[in-house]
Amino acid sequence: MTAPATAPSSSLGGQLAAPRSWRVPIVLAVVAVLSLIWFVVFGKDDPTRFTWSDPGDVLYLDPTPANPRVLGIVLGVLSLAAAAASFRWAWRRRPVPVWLSLIVGIAFLVSLVAWVGAGGQITVESLLTSTVSLSTAIVLGALAGVIGERVGVVNIAIEAQLLGGAFTAAVVATTTHSYELALVAAMITGAAISAVLAWFAITFLVDQVVVGVVLIALVTAITNFFYQQVLADNSAQFNDPGTLPRLAIPGLADIPVIGPVLFDQRLTVYLMFLLVPFVWFMLYKTRWGLRVRALGEHPLAADTVGIKVNRSRFWTVTLAGLIAGLGGASLTIGYAGAFVQEMSAGKGFIALAAVILGRWNPWYAALAALLFGFATSFRIWAGGAGAAIPSDLIAMTPYLVTIIAVALVAGRVVAPKASGKPYIKS
Amino acid sequence: MKLELRGITKRFGSLVANDGIDLVVESGQIHALLGENGAGKSTLMNVLFGLYQPDEGEILLDDVPRRFRGPGEAMAAGIGMVHQHFMLIPVFTVAENVMLGHEPTRAGGVLDLPAARRLVREISERFGFDLDPDARVEDLPVGVQQRVEIVKALSRDARVLVLDEPTAVLTPQETDELMETMRRLAGSGTSIVFITHKLREVKAVADTITVIRLGRVVGEAPPTASTAELATMMVGRDVELTVHKDPPRLGAEAFVVDGLTLFGAGGVRLLDDLSFSVRGGEVLAVAGVQGNGQTELAEVIVGLRSKASGSIRLDGEELLGRSVRHVLAAGVGFVPEDRKADGLVAEFSLAENIMLDRSYGPPFAHWYGIDFRARDAVAERAVEDFDIRTQGIGAPVGRLSGGNQQKVVIARELERDLKLLLASQPTRGVDVGSIEFIHERIVEVRDSGVPVLIISTELDEVMALADRIAVMYRGAIIDIVPADTPRERLGQLMAGVVA
Amino acid sequence: MVDLEDERRRVDWREVMHRIAAGGPLRTILAMALALVIGILFIVFANADVQRTLGYFFAQPGDFFAAAGKAIADAGTALFNGSIYNTKAKDPVAGFRPLTETLRFSGPLIAAGLGVALTFRAGLFNIGGQGQMLMAAAWSSFAASQIHLPYGIHLIVAMLFGFAGAALWGWIAGFLKAKTGAHEVIVTIMLNYIALSIVTYLMRTPILHDMSKGNNPQTLPPDATAVFPKILGDDYQLRLSFILCILAVVVYWWLMRRSALGFRLRMVGLNPDAARAAGINVERTWIIAMVVSALFLGLAGLNQAIARDGNFNQHVDEGIGFDGITVALLGNSSPIGVMFAGMLFGAFKAASPAMQSADVSPDILGILQALIVLFIATPPLIRAIFRLPEPREITDVGTRRKPQLEQGSAS
Repeated sequence: MTAPATAPSSSLGGQLAAPRSWRVPIVLAVVAVLSLIWFVVFGKDDPTRFTWSDPGDVLYLDPTPANPRVLGIVLGVLSLAAAAASFRWAWRRRPVPVWLSLIVGIAFLVSLVAWVGAGGQITVESLLTSTVSLSTAIVLGALAGVIGERVGVVNIAIEAQLLGGAFTAAVVATTTHSYELALVAAMITGAAISAVLAWFAITFLVDQVVVGVVLIALVTAITNFFYQQVLADNSAQFNDPGTLPRLAIPGLADIPVIGPVLFDQRLTVYLMFLLVPFVWFMLYKTRWGLRVRALGEHPLAADTVGIKVNRSRFWTVTLAGLIAGLGGASLTIGYAGAFVQEMSAGKGFIALAAVILGRWNPWYAALAALLFGFATSFRIWAGGAGAAIPSDLIAMTPYLVTIIAVALVAGRVVAPKASGKPYIKS
Repeated sequence: MKLELRGITKRFGSLVANDGIDLVVESGQIHALLGENGAGKSTLMNVLFGLYQPDEGEILLDDVPRRFRGPGEAMAAGIGMVHQHFMLIPVFTVAENVMLGHEPTRAGGVLDLPAARRLVREISERFGFDLDPDARVEDLPVGVQQRVEIVKALSRDARVLVLDEPTAVLTPQETDELMETMRRLAGSGTSIVFITHKLREVKAVADTITVIRLGRVVGEAPPTASTAELATMMVGRDVELTVHKDPPRLGAEAFVVDGLTLFGAGGVRLLDDLSFSVRGGEVLAVAGVQGNGQTELAEVIVGLRSKASGSIRLDGEELLGRSVRHVLAAGVGFVPEDRKADGLVAEFSLAENIMLDRSYGPPFAHWYGIDFRARDAVAERAVEDFDIRTQGIGAPVGRLSGGNQQKVVIARELERDLKLLLASQPTRGVDVGSIEFIHERIVEVRDSGVPVLIISTELDEVMALADRIAVMYRGAIIDIVPADTPRERLGQLMAGVVA
Repeated sequence: MVDLEDERRRVDWREVMHRIAAGGPLRTILAMALALVIGILFIVFANADVQRTLGYFFAQPGDFFAAAGKAIADAGTALFNGSIYNTKAKDPVAGFRPLTETLRFSGPLIAAGLGVALTFRAGLFNIGGQGQMLMAAAWSSFAASQIHLPYGIHLIVAMLFGFAGAALWGWIAGFLKAKTGAHEVIVTIMLNYIALSIVTYLMRTPILHDMSKGNNPQTLPPDATAVFPKILGDDYQLRLSFILCILAVVVYWWLMRRSALGFRLRMVGLNPDAARAAGINVERTWIIAMVVSALFLGLAGLNQAIARDGNFNQHVDEGIGFDGITVALLGNSSPIGVMFAGMLFGAFKAASPAMQSADVSPDILGILQALIVLFIATPPLIRAIFRLPEPREITDVGTRRKPQLEQGSAS
């Protein structure tokens, strides 16, 4: 099949070749050119060093010195090449593969890090480990969000599930001295909040966004109340869980950079690593997943082949809540070591953005969530490195990226069609 | 399989959609269920398919009473249904759509796609369908999508197949192919219930005909019954849709469309170089099978679609490229084809709906707000003039019957000073009494010297109203013929036969 | 004849009873009662004395009930004293202070509630109140502290700055929705974070900040000429801004019930396709809805920023943008409803300090607030719990039914 490249036919109802979509290539080209201007024209020549390991590590890699401007040229040209390749794809009317966008995105980030770190050193390992830690809750929340929207329910209450999970994990771990129980309790909390959302949205047909918002308010108030009334004065008794132990995987954990980032983590992080491919597999390769996606696209059609729409939706959303609850646990026993009021701090909303940025796909949503985690991690590091751009403004870039991406993506039909719409049967 | 329905009654609130319906479909038979829009055919089939629960009556398969609490149970019992609006998931492939709900799986619930592909190929080969199991359904033409629906039903060993208005979206050729398929299915022992309101198709393919009207069975007929007989049974009286009208007193060429072309997404030519004109005091009716560009034509004229080329002039003023607001202000009265979706706001009161398209400036909108008194006066007058049955002008228009809702739309449009009346499907889903009334109003508009453009897929309506008939086929006007052109000739034109 | 007449009257009477039972006011009251009961349970079981008496409940149940009763009474007294009339005050002037505080707190809640309600009516959801309020606060703060003008004019200029900032933020969301189809919920949430970043940044620069006062984000104090004057004398904090919020209720009423613009907003909210066919530019209407909504939220922002003498930091919005959603829901997006909902939640806010000193965490009021809204938003739940009849006409937004299976017609 070769697509005709030219001219409309003049026959009755003739078929024209589909118009080419230049959106993605143009964006990639703009990013490539911008990064060349920023990191090369306004580039810095003070050398920077990428450090890969700590002096005490088993395997020690020497730091790699680099000139930020030279790096900027190399990566900028690479980005341009990727953009050019994407134009070829668009010309042939094929969707631009995601890895091209990834190349441009990562090249931009590396150039940015080198630019900020000019004249100092860049601790790659700590930058990445903190990215993973800061992303865990967002990734897990986003997975719950992906499942919810795929089955047709917008779970805007991820924020509430994270907060609820964080609270119960801390309290249960402190009172029972069992992290396993704490994880289970957090997951059940997440599922329970999801179930309330699903119940109100499906049975009572309340607008899903409205229930979600109200649930966030409710869970915030309840955790605040118990924190003030009970936890604050009795923290040793109720709110001193500590964190899950780090589980280093022998051998692998000693690999520079990759080891600490991937193989010397807490249980919550390992679960995250496993859940991303697991959720993808479940959604795209199993009977359950086929039905879930059918329900999110065309529930009436699913009903006519004997799938119980509302029951399936309810249970799917509830199960997804387990994952969000686990994300909550990753905030307390997986990271902070205690519950703090309103500690989810908007991570649930960011997870929601990751769902959309990741086009309702578990892999891409996880990538988007990692980008948000990286932004936070980068801001902390850049603040310490004395960056020229104020950290307040760095903080807003992921949100800006999300808006731009949503605006660019929105025109295309990728969202599950029936997402957010109740199914009413006579 | 033999299917029998006994005394099925289904009520929605105070509305009785099915009233004690009896129906027997013998094995291997094509049984047509004939009735007007809203006669209760689809409700009956949804009861059969377990989507609705009957309030009274029972369903028997091979003389065994059955009760279906959901479509799953109906399917398990051997009933398959091809819905009028396809129950396919556009982003899924053919194989995924066919397997949904009874997926072949390997261990652990993992989908067995090769098995599903094999199933699709097997069934489509049996009936001479050429289906690619891996094609995405949304990329397929409508006729092929319908085959996917049929394969879907057959893949569950359906032995009673219900086809709900299957030809509504098909071209004449596709319709012929479908009928061939139906005969082949019946030949292999499948019982077929063919729901339609098209007399000619019934006569062409059915073994037995049951006619229902207003939720009741009014009788059975053999396919040899004459069209007139069937129509009388269906409508409840002689179909005399001929409106009394005098010969037209033609004015100037007021509305002129020239070289109108519109491309859709993916470069499809939706409108192909249309040129026609309507004179004052004349009704030009656009006939054609649904989906041949009529909807798009209306949308382009009124400004809902802007990316068309060519020209549309009303009294010399160019309308193409102008906003809907401008086009309406220029004196175009617009009756959209789907009143619920585009013509009315169901939650608004009748009075609010009367000012729907006049919220900018006088006579209703002023700097200090809406002049409720002026608005209500107009609404009261509309209720009176058009005999709209309502509890009052403050009642939500969504509570009115279809015919009364349509009268609200027509009353609103005729209330303005018109330079052109554009009415799409002016009597769709409207009871017979209201049809006559609406037709008379349209003729009045014509007699007042206003050009009228009617777009209708109902040939009877076209022939009753038109002074000239333009036939659309695949986005083009294939011919413009006088109103007294024989029905057969019009049918040929609608099928794209020019010579 | 007489019998018939009588019969009809009886039917009407039944109809009226039905309306009362199925309709709004009773349901609202029951939802509040139910929320209150749950709230009381929270108060009782989180109370230390009650917990102690629970330990020997079966030995001396009286102690439990006494402790529970005391906990409830304490909380109730604190709520009343904190929000309506302080019975412990030395003089009536101080006694009435809680009531004026309730009104003061309710002002921005009402304004924010109106803004959110407007978008509900237009079929949109403005969850970006925080960003719009922050923009209004920052812009008005700039005008109030960096521009120096005489009394009267200065306040008006500061207000105009604030409205402009909020309107810009609302416009971005509306514009993106109209031009690209980006969902306004996600866009407004992101705009909240962006506004927070920008405003925090500005509060560390000379644009809004006194650089001699360290690096913590903080605005300059406004000129006295740019601050809303107090309207009940120096004993009370109630300022002119409250009057503006009440005026906003009237404006909202006129806009939605009387004006042609409001008619179009509602039309677009209920059936955008019909609106389009009736010649309404739906996209432009979305933009207008977001901008006008942002103006109401801007008023809430002004209430927070220049209805005070001192300076403020980046948390000046106090989550009111989010609270506005609950206010709009409780008030069913009607002008009077939003006003009373705002006053109720304003009373909750005013009572917080009194609750705190009575040893009841004021967060209980947040629980109450969320529960009330949750129950209000679910008429079927309340009907099921209290066994109320179904309304005959289904007009609730959440239960708008479109026949999915009734076949349309075709030819």
